[in-house]
Amino acid sequence: MKQFDYVRPATVAEAVSAAAQPGAVFLAAGTNLLDLMKGGVSRPDRLVDVTHLDGLDQIETLADGSLRIGALVSNADLAHDASFAKSYPAVAEALLSGASAQLRNAATVGGNLLQRTRCAYFYDTASRCNKREAGTGCDARDGENRGHAVLGWSESCIATHPSDFCVPLAALDAVVEIEGRNGRREIALEELHRLPGNTPERESALEPGDLIVAVRLPAAARGFSTHARYLKVRERTSYAFAVVSAAAALRIENGKIAEARLALGGVAAKPWRARAAEDVLRNVAPTADAFQEAAWRALTDAKPSGDNAFKIELARRIVVRALTLAAAGTPARIPALPASPFASTSGAIHA
Amino acid sequence: MNHSISLTVNGARRDFVLDDPRVTLLDLLRERLHLTGTKKGCDRGQCGACTILVDGKRINSCLALAISHDGADILTIEGVARGDQLHPVQAAFIAHDGFQCGFCTPGQIMSAIGMMQEAQAGNDPERIRECMSGNLCRCGAYAGIVDAVQEAQGRMDETNQRRSA
Repeated sequence: MKQFDYVRPATVAEAVSAAAQPGAVFLAAGTNLLDLMKGGVSRPDRLVDVTHLDGLDQIETLADGSLRIGALVSNADLAHDASFAKSYPAVAEALLSGASAQLRNAATVGGNLLQRTRCAYFYDTASRCNKREAGTGCDARDGENRGHAVLGWSESCIATHPSDFCVPLAALDAVVEIEGRNGRREIALEELHRLPGNTPERESALEPGDLIVAVRLPAAARGFSTHARYLKVRERTSYAFAVVSAAAALRIENGKIAEARLALGGVAAKPWRARAAEDVLRNVAPTADAFQEAAWRALTDAKPSGDNAFKIELARRIVVRALTLAAAGTPARIPALPASPFASTSGAIHA
Repeated sequence: MNHSISLTVNGARRDFVLDDPRVTLLDLLRERLHLTGTKKGCDRGQCGACTILVDGKRINSCLALAISHDGADILTIEGVARGDQLHPVQAAFIAHDGFQCGFCTPGQIMSAIGMMQEAQAGNDPERIRECMSGNLCRCGAYAGIVDAVQEAQGRMDETNQRRSA
């Protein structure tokens, strides 16, 4: 690991100022960052430790009914907050389907949003990677790429964003609160991550010094709590990143879908909100045919970036299954194997 | 630049001067305190051999910078027994042969203790397997590990019931 300076700011303003310098990065739990630093993938000159800042570890309901989650709340504390899990069950299920218990205890909300891709060529410093080192090329393009993107990719980069948490957040219109050099601002979570285009090294909308201080779920997101699921296919049932995942949430009134939300994980460089699919589900009955049509719409623009055409068909089936499970109703308890299609309570209906 | 930190390790306060901020909790425990029960397996947060409790919660000590944990309360495998009296999880691992080579065992035991404190698994073997998935065992002693954790959980439940009765 390269030598670095360690800074522990006392206030958010000091943190922003310290991290605005070239070569500086924020340190929260470090579960992803330290791994990257040990591998020489990230080589920061300065770590700005935000873990001791006050006021960033609260979960609070605001006057307008929205929920504000501080950036330093751990993944485990959030998922196990009973009131949170009841109001946003798909988000809790996504959190509990990610990483291991040890990592969930440490990893933070803000860090989860900003975790890096697990593309093996990004991690291997002997490989060419436009994301790690702009302009060097992409060895994933002709390499082992069955896990790579099928939506929104470019010739420069076919990496995926690995977060589970971000997928239902995107579906539920989450908002990210950012403290920067010019004060506080907020953006939709859907706008936080960038597609690669010709600049895959620029992964987010954040500017130097920008610190995510909270994530907010709007009051309307609670309206989906009785029909919301996260479903994730992985190479093994636990402690693995998604091959494909989907967050599905429905608001059902008088036997019809009043409003649908759908987002996909593991398919693109960002959590993929499937609005075209949502549109065809408005004011229709929650039937298998409707869900098939939605799945087709969600993947209309998908194309393989390599040996991964199977992910497109898999994603369609996961969309149908996630919508079917959501329509059946949120289970009273999160399943023993969160988000697993093999869980005993998964309602295994093969699409 | 030197940084001073203090930790409580297995109940005792320890003060350190770090001349390098790169030191992880794992390396601090092993190389400064010679508490080598906590194992360095992958050193990348994948195997769980380095699991310790920090402020009562299980984490991977290989992915935690010591300097960032100033003031933390740490429990390692060396701190779980009471003299010669093994922790119920330790005893259950012996009773159920929950290991072969033993390298992953301290991490497995610390993870099991952390899991019981989280109270998310209960006695359900499917939940135990899911909640223990952050601890790999290359010998494949998983069947014995799940049995051991289940028995220890049962004993702790009995003890708690007696206490509350």
